[in-house]
Amino acid sequence: MANAIQFKINGVAHSFDGDPDTPLLWYLRDTLGLTGTKFGCGVGLCGACTVHKSDDAIRACITPMSSLAGAEIRTIEDIGANGLHPVQKTWMQFNVPQCGYCQSGQIMQAIALLKSKPKPTDEDIDEGMAANICRCGTYQRIRAAIKAAAEEKA
Amino acid sequence: MSAIENVSRRGFLKGLGAAGALVVGAYYTPKILHRYESDDVRTDADNATLHPNVFVGVETDGTVWIVAHRSEMGTVIRTTLPLVVADELDADWKRVKIDQAIGDPRYGDQNTDGSHSVRSFFDIVRLSGATARLMLIRAAAQRWGVPASECQTDLHVVVHSSSGRRLGYGELATAASKLPVPKKEEVQLKAKSTWRYIGKGMTSYDLTDLVTGKAVYGMDAHLDGMLFASIEHPPVLGGKIKTVDNADALKVTGVAQTIVIDPFKPPPAFQPLGGVAVLADSTWAAFQGRKKLKIEWDNGLNETYDSDQYKKDLQETARKSAKVIRSQGDVDVAFTSTTNTFEGDYYVPLLAHASMEPMVALAEFKDGKVHAWAPTQNPQAVQAIVSSELGIRKEDVICHVTLLGGGFGRKSKPDYVAEAAVLSRKVGRPVKVVWTREDDIKFDYYNAVAAMYMKAAVDSKGRPVAWLQRSVFPPITSIFDVNAVYGDPGHLQQGWTDMPYDIPNLRIENGAAKAHVRIGWLRSVANIYHAFAVQTFTDELAHRAKRDPADYLLDLIGQPRTLNFSGVDYPNYGAAYDAYPWETGRLRRVTEMVVEKSGWGKRKLGKGAGLGIAAHRSFLTYVATVVEVEVNDQGDIRIPRVDTVVDAGLVVNPEVTKAQFEGAAVFGTSVARSGEITAKSGAIEQSNFDNYPVARINEAPYQTNVYLVESDAPPAGVGEPGVPPFVPALCNAIYAATGKRIRELPLSRTNLGKQS
Repeated sequence: MANAIQFKINGVAHSFDGDPDTPLLWYLRDTLGLTGTKFGCGVGLCGACTVHKSDDAIRACITPMSSLAGAEIRTIEDIGANGLHPVQKTWMQFNVPQCGYCQSGQIMQAIALLKSKPKPTDEDIDEGMAANICRCGTYQRIRAAIKAAAEEKA
Repeated sequence: MSAIENVSRRGFLKGLGAAGALVVGAYYTPKILHRYESDDVRTDADNATLHPNVFVGVETDGTVWIVAHRSEMGTVIRTTLPLVVADELDADWKRVKIDQAIGDPRYGDQNTDGSHSVRSFFDIVRLSGATARLMLIRAAAQRWGVPASECQTDLHVVVHSSSGRRLGYGELATAASKLPVPKKEEVQLKAKSTWRYIGKGMTSYDLTDLVTGKAVYGMDAHLDGMLFASIEHPPVLGGKIKTVDNADALKVTGVAQTIVIDPFKPPPAFQPLGGVAVLADSTWAAFQGRKKLKIEWDNGLNETYDSDQYKKDLQETARKSAKVIRSQGDVDVAFTSTTNTFEGDYYVPLLAHASMEPMVALAEFKDGKVHAWAPTQNPQAVQAIVSSELGIRKEDVICHVTLLGGGFGRKSKPDYVAEAAVLSRKVGRPVKVVWTREDDIKFDYYNAVAAMYMKAAVDSKGRPVAWLQRSVFPPITSIFDVNAVYGDPGHLQQGWTDMPYDIPNLRIENGAAKAHVRIGWLRSVANIYHAFAVQTFTDELAHRAKRDPADYLLDLIGQPRTLNFSGVDYPNYGAAYDAYPWETGRLRRVTEMVVEKSGWGKRKLGKGAGLGIAAHRSFLTYVATVVEVEVNDQGDIRIPRVDTVVDAGLVVNPEVTKAQFEGAAVFGTSVARSGEITAKSGAIEQSNFDNYPVARINEAPYQTNVYLVESDAPPAGVGEPGVPPFVPALCNAIYAATGKRIRELPLSRTNLGKQS
């Protein structure tokens, strides 16, 4: 395909030649069936659709396919594909999820946070996680799980 | 491996089995789709060798199937009730598999709301597990030729202790299945001292799936060949289409067609709202096509609805005498015989649920039947509304219940599932209706806007001798009866009819209010605004009397006694009053405990900080909460600590119960800080998390300590009761910190800063 956009999702090469404005979220969900990444608000306000572009947490719902040439995207499906990530382990240890719908995004955001701040303070966690909404209100356990994961990785 | 596309469902399911169920890039097909392959509505429990009742099945390999008939939206009920079955069966939890029930009246009530799943089904599911256990014991006794009375169970085995013989449940399943199912009277439940799981609890059965993205929600349901639909609803409730131009919508790549959905015939109940659906080959294409629709609306009668004016009307009504709900002594005489009276007006606006997963449903109409996959709290209501919309039998509506990405009461109302079914029949293909966040906020069944008027006459010590409280709110019953304007007993009871204070002259009233939007139940429902008024007014009276608010609250609760509601329409949340009496001693106890646990009156607080207290019974559970708040000079609030003491009777799953109360503090924070839906010219003004904000991690309480009271009382609710006392406790803390009294929510309407 002449003008197809080339990129990788979870290490696998893909190309896309549809509407370049299509958000990554719907390509992941409707085209690839990678439904671990969730639709919450559609405008980058809730973080339920958080994925990684290289090591950065991005909002798939406002990331157009046109911006992905050469990108390496990683979704929740690939985190822990070969054994649970420390963040997933502490998420289980602290029984973080209630309904769980936002938790893929929370976990992706937390992993990105720990990359940039391996020993996050409360302020770092507030700042790093404030864009991810959990309507069930699991924040206290999210905070504890992030701190525990930071300890484990040290 | 990347995407698997265009595989047949049958082939796909085979692939799933071979790949051990999970392949990155594949569609995570809900297990529930198995059912559709055979067009068979039987559960794995039904299909198991030994299946003495609808809740349990034992396979010959020892696998125990337990049916979860309640919906999972984060309360972990899908684990908690099966855990009770497993306990009575003496089953090894590691060998238990949970099967999610479809909507089917054979399970009894399935409407997962009102915080009553454990309360209503505890005895029933205990019996179901114990029945299977007795059959396994009898089968073993028969095999060994010994009396059943000499046999017991240990974990997943029957044991004959005198001979030391043991047989596993799997080995006994076939023999047990040939025995008659014992009558209820023959079945002995386990003694409390031998409970393995009840009271100790278990983490969510779905925990690993929930942290790996594998959990399947309604949003993730998929059928090959399905179309995606996005619906433009009438902006005003009851509006109708005047003209529609779909030409530009149809030009959008991927859009297949548009379909007009008829407006509902009042009352709205759970009918589709009507509007224009855009159907496409992807969610995004459907969203894009919908933006290109040109629709002219006839807004109808509700166009006059304006929240500012409506608020004034409610408050005016609240100042006039109204329908008496409960009365004792003579309030009027007491008010005229003293000048020492005090009054206040309280207001709580409309609230939206805003579950993280917007409304979504997949439905396929085929051969006169509908299969629906939906995140629903109420699959039997799905059967009812789809059946009436399509004119087919309820039994021909098979509702598969997915996990719910939050519910909070919104997903008890299946209008969105009916939309998918209606559209599927019209296009002859499976249709997945996906609401946007904007649709979710604008077309909710809102928690009622409410105005409360409170008045007390007090004695020389500041204690009330007379108390009048009047609430006015558009009732939930208005969605079923267009003429309903008064609260029904089921919602008036929520912290209003049952005001527990020991006051000689008391009158409780309710004024009329007409609804102009769909009103529905939201986590804690009427308790939210009723507890706000009663518990804030109490705090005001305490300060006015120059008394400690906690001591004053305990004084008003009075000595332990059972409230007497004879002559009063008080449904007690549908529970028998002798099993669940309203005991002020229990409210007193949680209040005393929270005083102690929070260090009330002893704790050192920083600059601009304050503590507030509130106590409330709802859903048969007694809760007292102390909130610590810090308010800076700019009026920004921070909530460093919350202490909450809970008497919910017997608690099956303590850890997840604590999580419910932690979450309730966050939910209450959202209500208090920013929860406000308003209408202008009949249309809702809010649309997404920017103008309907909910609490984020930096705004939520930093630390919520939950203490569960050890209790032999029967189990009560845990999902909702944390919210009602939290909100007034926070507002009372703000008063302690700033001297600013909050009588209207949300807080964003009040300048809490030093400069005002």
